[in-house]
Amino acid sequence: MAWFRKEKKPKEAVEKQTAIPEGLWIKCDECKEVIYRKEVEANLNVCPKCGYHFRLTARERFEILFDDNKYKEFAGDVRSGDPLEFRDTKRYRDRLKVYQQRVGTGDAVLCAEGKLDGMNVVICAMEYAFMGGSMGSVVGEKITQAIERAIDRKEPVIIVSCSGGARMQEGILSLMQMAKISAALARLSDAGLPFISILTDPTTGGVTASYAMLGDLNIAEPKALIGFAGPRVIEQTIRQTLPEGFQRAEFLVEHGMVDLITPRVEMKPALSRFLRFFLQKA
Amino acid sequence: MSADPSQFEEPILRIRKQIEELSAQEPEPARLAEIAELQSKLTKVSSEIYSKLTPWQKTLVARHPQRPYTLDFVSLLFEDFLEVHGDRKFGDDAAVVAGLASFRGQACAVVGHQKGRNTKEKVIRNFGQPRPEGFRKALRVMKMAAKFKLPVFSFIDTQGAYPGVGAEERGQAEAIAVNLREMAALPVPIVVTVLGEGGSGGALALGVGDRVNMLEYSVYSVISPEGCAAILWKSAASAPEAAAAMKITAQDLKRLGVIDEIVPEPVGGAHADPAKAGELLSPYLEKAMKELMKLKPALLLEERYKKFRKMGFYEKG
Ligand SMILES: [Zn+2]
Repeated sequence: MAWFRKEKKPKEAVEKQTAIPEGLWIKCDECKEVIYRKEVEANLNVCPKCGYHFRLTARERFEILFDDNKYKEFAGDVRSGDPLEFRDTKRYRDRLKVYQQRVGTGDAVLCAEGKLDGMNVVICAMEYAFMGGSMGSVVGEKITQAIERAIDRKEPVIIVSCSGGARMQEGILSLMQMAKISAALARLSDAGLPFISILTDPTTGGVTASYAMLGDLNIAEPKALIGFAGPRVIEQTIRQTLPEGFQRAEFLVEHGMVDLITPRVEMKPALSRFLRFFLQKA
Repeated sequence: MSADPSQFEEPILRIRKQIEELSAQEPEPARLAEIAELQSKLTKVSSEIYSKLTPWQKTLVARHPQRPYTLDFVSLLFEDFLEVHGDRKFGDDAAVVAGLASFRGQACAVVGHQKGRNTKEKVIRNFGQPRPEGFRKALRVMKMAAKFKLPVFSFIDTQGAYPGVGAEERGQAEAIAVNLREMAALPVPIVVTVLGEGGSGGALALGVGDRVNMLEYSVYSVISPEGCAAILWKSAASAPEAAAAMKITAQDLKRLGVIDEIVPEPVGGAHADPAKAGELLSPYLEKAMKELMKLKPALLLEERYKKFRKMGFYEKG
């Protein structure tokens, strides 16, 4: 018997086990070292051996970014409906229930307001465990409300992306969220307010092709997978295997799509410095 | 799953062949009468078949190899089309066409996806799948239109943005994202028409406008039915089920509040009579243009914002 708990296989094929499993010890996805869980947690869920960034929940993200872990969530009353009465091998409605019980009622994004180094900010953090962070009507509505709130209150917006893209079960309505959020960001920009996009592993599809690429600054976590088309789709199209590191954060910096890669421990200080410049508080 | 429209069009094709054969013979009165009878039978059979198309069959019509493409509609409806090339950054993408033209005496800009008709042209047009340069070219021309206060007509017909290595390297996602943001704020009228396939982000990148119309048998979706089926049904062969489940037809999108008008197609689809398809589309473009050109830019943009702001479906509480 293993002396650490084995990861349980998740029931839904769409999600990879991400949060640190229960138990005293965990195995790093990257270097395969078995590490004391508390040590990883104390290191913001970054592997102390190799620097691998474990995926965070939306609230773990808030805890790192907001001062003293103090923040107020909003738009929590927006819930997924089932506009298409969608059914594949299972009803979308039933899938939603499973995720709401397992992950929470916030769908694939949480929005909150609070202070970052003393500055008022609005932060949206995506929840990958909720259907792969997929963007449907709720994600679109909540993020749009967050941007509009920031415009009203003259505050900067930070969106932490972590998503496989648009949610197929809401069809065309999911696609339209890309236009809706991008239109709101155009207004934020016109109002002279900063938008910082943080891209974490993975950020792909319609999320990348809308808000995640529209930051005044696009900041990635190390080695995050970032792209439009998924690597498998590209491989099938070009019938070749992709080079090592393709669509990783480092590749995007090299190709001019991302401003910088910032390890998680340096993220808050970096955001603080940039926001001070933008808000002329330097 | 059959991906060939000739399967359900078979009775139509059979009558058409009979008409062709008879027409090739001596035009005797009896034969002419027979042809006339076959013509009316053709109309009847076509409208019967086309009134009962499934969402998957509509997808096949939208992708029909004879369906009129953007440049076909441009030559049918616009005058003095002057195509321009290049994104001024990297290259010229033939999967997108852009230029200036005249519509009902009004100077305007035209952008659209372009598919190829024969094998060689298909390759040149990359099967209508744009790379970042295509989206950037379209945006460049739309910004030019804004500078000279010209309305923009955008035509959508793509299975999606091209999923390739170079496209990713040059920022496929960024190119689409920037178009969405900039089109939302472009201070001139934008009239969008989905002609055939509206495939995901690559379609939407030309699809933010004040009026969004769809031809009767066109489709518009977040992912192709094959792609959706491969992921959710674990088999691309379930594409017909996925096409139905995703609600991708013009009629579905009208119900969902995503589009403004369904533009009727000739009996048997646009490919049965491209000139007629153009004739049917023309008044929709003219009406939209005339209404929108009356609006001051600030109001135009406010209305455009509201239009997309209300898209989506969610519950409260
Ligand atoms: Zn490690």
